[in-house]
Amino acid sequence: MTRPTHEIEVEIRNPEGLHMRPAMQFVDLANTFNSDISVSHRDVTVDAKSIMQMTMLAATCGSRLRIHAVGADAGRAIEALQQLVENKFAGGSGAAVGEKKGS
Amino acid sequence: MEIRKGIAVSPGIAIAKPMLIDSKDYRIPRRSILPSQRSQEIQRLRKAFATAVTELERVESAQDIEENKIRDIFAVHMRFLRDRSFRKRITDMVNKELVTAEYAVSAILREIASHFAGINDAYISERAADIYDIEKRLLVHLLGKQQEDVERLREEVVILARNLTPTQTAGFDKTYIKGFATEKGGRTSHTAIVARSLGIPAVVALGDLSSEVPPDCVVIVDGNRGVVVIDPDEETRRQYEQYALQMTQFVTKLRELKDLPAQTRDGTAVQLFGNIEFPDESEIVIANGGEGIGLYRTEFLYLYGGQEPTEEDHYSAYAEAIRIVQGKPVVIRTMDLGADKLPHSGWHPNETNPVLGLRSIRYCLQALPLFKTQLRAILRASVLGDVRVMFPLITNLQELRQAKMILRDVMEDLDEYAVPYNAQMPVGIMIETPSSALTAGLLATESSFFSIGTNDLIQYTLAVDRANEHVSTLFSAAEPAILKLIRNVIQDAHKAGIGLSICGEVASDPEFIMLLLGMGVRTLSLAPPMIPEVKKIIRSATLEECNELSRKVATMDSSRQIRNYLRDAAMRILPESF
Repeated sequence: MTRPTHEIEVEIRNPEGLHMRPAMQFVDLANTFNSDISVSHRDVTVDAKSIMQMTMLAATCGSRLRIHAVGADAGRAIEALQQLVENKFAGGSGAAVGEKKGS
Repeated sequence: MEIRKGIAVSPGIAIAKPMLIDSKDYRIPRRSILPSQRSQEIQRLRKAFATAVTELERVESAQDIEENKIRDIFAVHMRFLRDRSFRKRITDMVNKELVTAEYAVSAILREIASHFAGINDAYISERAADIYDIEKRLLVHLLGKQQEDVERLREEVVILARNLTPTQTAGFDKTYIKGFATEKGGRTSHTAIVARSLGIPAVVALGDLSSEVPPDCVVIVDGNRGVVVIDPDEETRRQYEQYALQMTQFVTKLRELKDLPAQTRDGTAVQLFGNIEFPDESEIVIANGGEGIGLYRTEFLYLYGGQEPTEEDHYSAYAEAIRIVQGKPVVIRTMDLGADKLPHSGWHPNETNPVLGLRSIRYCLQALPLFKTQLRAILRASVLGDVRVMFPLITNLQELRQAKMILRDVMEDLDEYAVPYNAQMPVGIMIETPSSALTAGLLATESSFFSIGTNDLIQYTLAVDRANEHVSTLFSAAEPAILKLIRNVIQDAHKAGIGLSICGEVASDPEFIMLLLGMGVRTLSLAPPMIPEVKKIIRSATLEECNELSRKVATMDSSRQIRNYLRDAAMRILPESF
């Protein structure tokens, strides 16, 4: 039995890149899904639910990231994350996104 | 086994387990743990994370943080603390590399920070600062525990630290601390002063101590030769135990001198007083045959406990010291805060050159409520015994007059409430700046006594920071300039017929005693454990020899020549001391 898998490539277009606040928004959003989500930048792949790993990707403006999700809600996860990146992380600070954590 | 050479600042031999203390801004040294200590370290980590999270939650909820940026910083900290892969990286390091929790925290966070710092993008490289913040937040909890540990010791230890601050040493449980070894510091650093007053060995300026301190090892602090041995082998340890025994026997012999008078072979009497920081140290003074307290350093009341002392705190401390010495003189020096001794609470400016800044009497004259509280307590205690007050760091007559005027104000207040005090309480000053030494004649007209504080006098005259290991070798009481100033002060005091004592480090330096007597000093105030040894020197010399020595020294032109000459003379009369 294979779990649904979705993948997409996005480009970071906000000037500050995946700086603390955007990284936090990204991680918070990823944590609202049950799927396993990873992000690759060049040849490094990290867990999208870890703030440490995401910030260490050091994705600057113009970086291309590949988001990969595996799980029941993988499709919705990819869609939401793509939207966040493409909207240049507009729409409130990370702190406002909420604290819900995946288990 | 590792042998390190530093500067010996307090004599004696200590052999005990090491207790490592780090200050908050300190790069945490790599220290190993035993496999059996893993779970304990992991437990400490878990607690540090939990406490840090609770702390952040409190900050976040308590503050109505307007600024988005600040709120974001706290939010990022929180996410890091809750990030399981982050925590796992740290616990993995503890488990696999067998290092302490604080080292793992520091190493991992610094690795992350340097990763950011190395990226050529201003937004990202700035993140390094956030990471250091997280490091500090966790370390506070991990190291805070250590400070508590040192306040509740159960076994004998020697303290290993980068440098010791008055705030740290004030909290030590002195019964179990057998010695100090520090990476920084000089001959008259705080570590040295505290070690001497406790009568325990200390070695400072050892350089990096962190490299090899294995778990469950023993450390030898040799305060006679300035050597620290980490994890000694059997043979070395046996030799040191033997040596320590001989030392104890020598000290026991000195104690027998306790009730004999401190006088030269040709009958000139010298008064020996003790320097103290805490009232219970008065017992050590008396036990060593001291004739009173020549310097009661009261600033430790301010550095202890974390809050400003009340008038009652002052009064009960003074009353205890006075009660212990039973009618013998007690010279209370008003607080000498500032420079390296900052109060826990209360106002103090940020200074670029604190040694030349708002310190000591200058601080008191600006922080009047603080000063008056202390003076009230001293005056009230003055009826309990032979109490004298002494103002530190007086540089000119105007400062002395100001201080005395405030003392009179406080007396008038006490009169109003009919509180008894000794209106004739002697008021003296410390001579510890070139300015006051050069104008001692003027100052003598309005002082009851002088006490020469050689540590600051040397620092200000030679322009040498005594705690800076790069120049600390230039710090010498044997410099002709220093001796000339001291001579001047002694003469002016004698001319005016006022009391004179020396309370700096030289008063307990065996090599200087004969010279000081020859220069006309008849009162010394020193670290209590050194009293018997100094007495032995006094009893072994004649005043004639001392005068001759002083005359010779006055013709010499370098501190090295003087020092060598003094050492030879002292070795001739008391070889066991050296």
